[in-house]
Amino acid sequence: MPAGTLWFDGVTKTFAHHAGQMLLRDRIADLISPSRRGRLEALREVSFELRPGESLGLIGPNGAGKSTLLNLATGLLEPDSGQVEVQGRVAALLDLSAGFHNSLTGAENLRINAALMGLSRRQTAERFEDIVEFSGVREFIHEPLRAYSSGMILRLAFAVAVSADPDVLLIDELIGVGDQAFQDKALEKIRSFQHAGKTVLLASHSSELMMTLCERALWLDHGRVMMSGASPEVLAAYLESTSTTKAVLD
Amino acid sequence: MGTPRVVPERCHAGSARAKGKQHWTGDYLFLFQNLIMKDFRIRYRNMSLGVLWSLINPLVMMGVLTFIFGRVFGGERSPIFPVFVLCGLVPYNFFTGAWLTGTTAIIDNAALVKRVPVPREVVTVAAVLSNGVHLLIQVALLIGFTLAFGLRPAASWWWLPVVWGLYVAFVCGLALGSSAINVFIRDTRYVVESFNMVLFYLVPIFYSFSIIPARYAAVYQFNPVAAMVLAMRNILIDGKAPPTSLLENLVIVAAVTMGLGLTIFSRLKPRFYEHI
Repeated sequence: MPAGTLWFDGVTKTFAHHAGQMLLRDRIADLISPSRRGRLEALREVSFELRPGESLGLIGPNGAGKSTLLNLATGLLEPDSGQVEVQGRVAALLDLSAGFHNSLTGAENLRINAALMGLSRRQTAERFEDIVEFSGVREFIHEPLRAYSSGMILRLAFAVAVSADPDVLLIDELIGVGDQAFQDKALEKIRSFQHAGKTVLLASHSSELMMTLCERALWLDHGRVMMSGASPEVLAAYLESTSTTKAVLD
Repeated sequence: MGTPRVVPERCHAGSARAKGKQHWTGDYLFLFQNLIMKDFRIRYRNMSLGVLWSLINPLVMMGVLTFIFGRVFGGERSPIFPVFVLCGLVPYNFFTGAWLTGTTAIIDNAALVKRVPVPREVVTVAAVLSNGVHLLIQVALLIGFTLAFGLRPAASWWWLPVVWGLYVAFVCGLALGSSAINVFIRDTRYVVESFNMVLFYLVPIFYSFSIIPARYAAVYQFNPVAAMVLAMRNILIDGKAPPTSLLENLVIVAAVTMGLGLTIFSRLKPRFYEHI
């Protein structure tokens, strides 16, 4: 498979219900009566294929399994059954500020996150200026991150994430990446990735964003694929279903 | 809408388990350097005396122990007793500090572990190695004191990097195991803390190996921290290479701990995500 291919085949992922209770007594209780509470099914038999250069939008209500799907594609999770194949370098724009620390400077955070993305020392040094330029936080780059606004942190994080020259770009809710001007810049960047033949998988609640960025869409609900196909049709069906639900509730 | 669906356990058992594969490719050395410096900087940026704290702790402990055993109990007449104590404190300090930061590493870096597909082993090992910066400072202090007390550098000093390398590998292995277990049993860190406290007395820091009754000597021989203290005294005070049996012990302990630690870690890491 060429770099940029993303392939899900019959992927099922479940989670334990009791995650969160992590004390010795819970473990002993588990040993005595192994998990009779059942498991939460986040994804059920999901299959799709993205070839290099294609863009797919994930749509569905909260808890539909969009984030689980992105985490599986990133390699953060392993499926219970089925197969996930991703070829090439993956950049995951999931929780952009996850690798950032408040008491370190912008430049230090930039280097740490570049290393986490898989960049080498040389690549980081070469791209340092471009990243700073793109983020637009140049005058604060040697200040600790706590001096930054949340928008500035996101801009820097986005700039680092896209600098890794990925084959596959995974995005969870692009909304909130700085102000309007930076959002436009971010969108433009994603478009340039698409033009360069990169694969994009985007989860969003914004049907507008999905229509502009993705030719195909996948509608998830309760971990199952409800519909898959061209964005306009899938979005129309999804929006209709939510308005029907609303009408019933009214 | 939105209510979680509960499925019976057997669905989880699944038929064809996907093979686990690593998505992360990159520059491990650069990543390690960055993570180690991150931990180190975060710890010291908010302290006005910064790195000096690495020196103050062993110096104060050395002073207190020398006072107690030299003046209060009055039994210790050795002129180099401060160096003797410091040979015990430096391995002990590294062990307790590194094991504890290593144990909590996965939980402390939860945001990272849940969002970046970097190999999880790196997180724990980097946490252990970030204590290496203090270690270097403390070893420098120890060597400074050794010279100040009139002991001369000897060829045996070349053994220092060897025994420290083995010792650090041993702590890495131990921390890999305990950090993985700590994800599932959060009490682990308290066990580590209590153990570290007791260890102060079980390691010959302020007493010498020779006063241990023969029937307990075997117990000490299997304690790598005690072995390390002994090795430091062999090398720096006696100016001799550590005995072969001690080196063998360190090699075996480092290899076994590393093997066990990595096995436990890789068995548990697929389930880290949902338990953090």
